[in-house]
Amino acid sequence: MYSKGFKPLSIATVVALATALALVFFYAPNDADQGFVQKIFYVHVPMAIVALGGWVAGGIMAIQHLRTGDRSWDMRSYVAIHLSIILGVGVLVTGSIWARASWGHWWVWDEPVLVSFLIVFLLYCVYYPLRFSIEDPERQARYSSVFAVTAGAFVPLNFIAVRLAQSFTHPRVLSQTGGNLPGEMRLTFLVSLVAMVLLFVTLWKLELMSKNASAQLKRLRTKLNARVAA
Amino acid sequence: MISAARAILAKDLRLELRTKESVPAMTLFTLTVYVLFHFGLDRDTLDGSLASGVLWVTLLLAAIIGVARLFAAEREQGGIDGLLLAPVDRTSLFLAKGAALFLFLCAVELVALPAFALLLLGPDLLEPLPRLLPVLLLANLGLAVVGSLVAALATATRSPDLIVPLLLLPLLVPVLIAAAEASEPLLRDDPTADRLGRWLGVLTLYDVVFVLLSLAVFDYLLED
Amino acid sequence: MPALPLDEAGKYVAGAYVVFFTLVVVYVAIIGSKIARIEREIEELNEMVDE
Repeated sequence: MYSKGFKPLSIATVVALATALALVFFYAPNDADQGFVQKIFYVHVPMAIVALGGWVAGGIMAIQHLRTGDRSWDMRSYVAIHLSIILGVGVLVTGSIWARASWGHWWVWDEPVLVSFLIVFLLYCVYYPLRFSIEDPERQARYSSVFAVTAGAFVPLNFIAVRLAQSFTHPRVLSQTGGNLPGEMRLTFLVSLVAMVLLFVTLWKLELMSKNASAQLKRLRTKLNARVAA
Repeated sequence: MISAARAILAKDLRLELRTKESVPAMTLFTLTVYVLFHFGLDRDTLDGSLASGVLWVTLLLAAIIGVARLFAAEREQGGIDGLLLAPVDRTSLFLAKGAALFLFLCAVELVALPAFALLLLGPDLLEPLPRLLPVLLLANLGLAVVGSLVAALATATRSPDLIVPLLLLPLLVPVLIAAAEASEPLLRDDPTADRLGRWLGVLTLYDVVFVLLSLAVFDYLLED
Repeated sequence: MPALPLDEAGKYVAGAYVVFFTLVVVYVAIIGSKIARIEREIEELNEMVDE
């Protein structure tokens, strides 16, 4: 089910990633203020956007699971959330590296997006202990979906609150998204973003293929065991 | 549905009055934490952002105790199964538990606020109190709604006491931000209602989103 | 803080990109080992059927 279209997808991902890298290092100009360090922006921000999108998508898939009772939606939701958590680690580490290179500190509270991301990340980390401490598989899927929907609704609320709090005390320092990016930088950023989205979908499909095969194998084994015993 | 909710709420309030488990524990915890802050910060009086921060962080931590105990009676005496067999829909349960938690928090604050004014707060509390009240009520509502949701989620896990704080605290960060920011200018020697409207708006938004979400989602929990 | 000189900045930028690629490669490796286990199980089941 999930292997349909996988090959062209993965080829597109590789091409996009290679193009993005080439653009970052050979095409985009150096930033006037931050110099070469600004290049981290092209890996850090797309990862953040895709991670947040993945979490929200996980919430939407969870709603589908609750509405239809079809557990494959829960599986899709789980993988999306799980992948976003891994990307989240990358966001926080690259964000920290960028902060250190730009401001000399390994963490800054001035950046509302980074701070709000940390809070959301901490919340989603609880997904694993919640999910894996529920034994009954049907219950596990249901409660995980409720969590995914709650956390998905929380993401924008949290972002608003943190942004409002920071805007009164600290000027925004590291963000450069949208608005005033010069043309070459904007193109590079968009290609990087597309590459990250493609990568996410590819890895998502890959993990679902693996999980699906594993589940089918288990069912096969049970059937064979029953037949051998008979 | 409302009458079922009222019945469950009445039972919970009677139980709390009889056993006196949650509210005294939460109150005692709050007072103890004030003492800890006195020693930890090495300060006799607090004002402004420090006062606001200590007040709200302590309240949030105390709420954990209330949330963890919210379904405890049902868990320990197998009452959940009894409730679920009766033709009561989960929404009534949610309304009752949320209302109970809200009332418990208000009860705790009736003692905790004067204690805070006595022990730690430098400026006068009576003057800004009318403007603090909406902050307290809206924050309590948010705490109660999210607390009930988290409590219900945690009942299915093997160790709910571990899951509750981990789940509850990140979800309550917007409440903390809004409440602390709203209280900060009120707890100064010269109190002002700086940007109070904006933060009350954030709290209201949070409450509305989570009330709607919980009403939509609660039916999928505790369903066995 | 003024912009870092190119040689120092290069290390930080390289570090960030290395983190990204390491995450991806490690993830793919873990999925790969899961697939290897699936292959082994299929072999076992084949043997079971042939008995």
